Amino acid sequence: MSLTNADVRKVARLARLGMTETEIESAREQLSGIFDLIAEMQAVDTNGITPMSHAQDVTQRLREDVVTETDQRELFQSLAPQHQGSPQVEAGLYLVPQVIE
Amino acid sequence: MLNSSLQQLGDALRAGKISSVELTQLYLGRIAELNPALNAYITLNPETSLDQARRADALLAGGKAQPLTGIPVAQKDIFCARGWRTTCGSKMLENFIAPYDAHVITQFNDAGAVNLGKTNMDEFAMGSSNETSHFGTVKNPWDRNAVPGGSSGGAACAVAARLCAAATGTDTGGSIRQPAALCGISGIKPTYGTVSRYGMIAFASSLDQAGPMARSAEDLSLLLNVMTGFDERDSTSLQRDKEDYARDLDKPLAGLRIGLPREFFAEGLSQDVAGCVNAAIDEYKKLGATIVDISLPNSKLAVPVYYVLAPAEASSNLSRYDGVRYGYRAPEYGDLTEMYERSRAQGFGEEVKRRIMIGTYVLSHGYYDAYYLQAQKIRRLIAQDFDDAFKLCDVIMGPTSPSTAFNLGEKGDDPVQMYLSDIYTIAVNLAGLPGMSIPAGFGSNGRPVGLQIIGNYFAEAQMLNVAHQYQLATDHHDRAPQNIGL
Repeated sequence: MSLTNADVRKVARLARLGMTETEIESAREQLSGIFDLIAEMQAVDTNGITPMSHAQDVTQRLREDVVTETDQRELFQSLAPQHQGSPQVEAGLYLVPQVIE
Repeated sequence: MLNSSLQQLGDALRAGKISSVELTQLYLGRIAELNPALNAYITLNPETSLDQARRADALLAGGKAQPLTGIPVAQKDIFCARGWRTTCGSKMLENFIAPYDAHVITQFNDAGAVNLGKTNMDEFAMGSSNETSHFGTVKNPWDRNAVPGGSSGGAACAVAARLCAAATGTDTGGSIRQPAALCGISGIKPTYGTVSRYGMIAFASSLDQAGPMARSAEDLSLLLNVMTGFDERDSTSLQRDKEDYARDLDKPLAGLRIGLPREFFAEGLSQDVAGCVNAAIDEYKKLGATIVDISLPNSKLAVPVYYVLAPAEASSNLSRYDGVRYGYRAPEYGDLTEMYERSRAQGFGEEVKRRIMIGTYVLSHGYYDAYYLQAQKIRRLIAQDFDDAFKLCDVIMGPTSPSTAFNLGEKGDDPVQMYLSDIYTIAVNLAGLPGMSIPAGFGSNGRPVGLQIIGNYFAEAQMLNVAHQYQLATDHHDRAPQNIGL
């Protein structure tokens, strides 16, 4: 299967992966090779086969609606992405880059 | 001490012949000496480990020891461990200190084991050579020009080089069994759902399964006793009674029916590996087993199916690394989209990006039926092949990997060649079956060969019995690499 650079660019955009034109070119070659391998699947007749999404046929369990987590805000705040060596938090909140003017 | 079984180590600890602190110091000393060359560990916290050892010694002194109390175990860096840096082999999580324990870590802590350190691995467990780690390649202790296998390459190296008493790994497409084979150790991936995935950083959630890596099947049984068990925090954890996986170790093998899938002995298998695997089969005949010719006709589709399903699940699981919530954030960007794109471009390595791209593509509009759904249908055919095979035999055997360990850098530029090195292991994950690898000798290059044993669902105790009886009759698993200071 041959992908075009435009295909690769579109997928990179969907996946939020920044790529240079050189990277797109090399990704196109490698992905084309991988999709050649994957193409072996296409010849198989799977009419009437139920898709298998999980190894075990189990249904989701229900649990009592009770509090199971304790408050660990300070611990979690300490893990926020760092800026100049300290976590980006203020007044118990997480600071994220401004996205709205 | 370094060649003792876990049972012997436990006995020595309980008898007071050695303390957990002494044992932990012994391993930490070896790690300080050998790890700079082998790179099996990413993170060590000697003081934390020794604190745990001191607590274990108190339990031992108080007569409250369990089988693994005081034993130093290396944890794959995919398991969150409270207070420990947990990187998953990625720059994305280079500075992530886990705020909680994975269920597996809790189980080992409750058993009184010592967390000796976090082992190196392919980035987000995506790789078969440990070369995709952000923290550098791991060397195979049998030949430092060779890869240790992956993704649990650091764990396999640490066990083989006696840098820990035992280790944990995870296996999505062969990541316990293949490095176990390439490093000459034993490893088992239990039935999907047997070990909780809580706190185990997700790669492909419908395939990921944790398991132990050690020097013998007997050791694996003790480790599995600790690792398994229902956990309500993992929605796919199975509610089953607790088992003793060592209960059948001593059963004789007379009458055992071993299925040999003809597809596993066809073109692509190296002479070295075929020779060792066939010799192992002969040994099993001597132990009273009978051989059954079986077929897994769809097994050749396992690799293509896997490289649709695993990347699809991965692309979804790894969307959480967006530069906002935690992990790496690019230092410079214009708008929000650019922040995402740069953080992910700079934080992920090549192989991880490649798999995110594959997954995004197969899940994108217009391709879902042709790729994802078709792969899920063939996944069922692959599972049915095993169902049919287990009507004819008790266990299935074959090679773990088509060749002995390849050279570092050998397959670096060709992802398809790398993916094909898991050709015999992947089908087991797709079906959710238990699989293991045990040492079966050495190739002409002196590098280890692994024998793969595949069991039916929940047949771990039987597989461990099958492996243990072979290990009583042979000594491949007792061999140690040169130049590791023994």
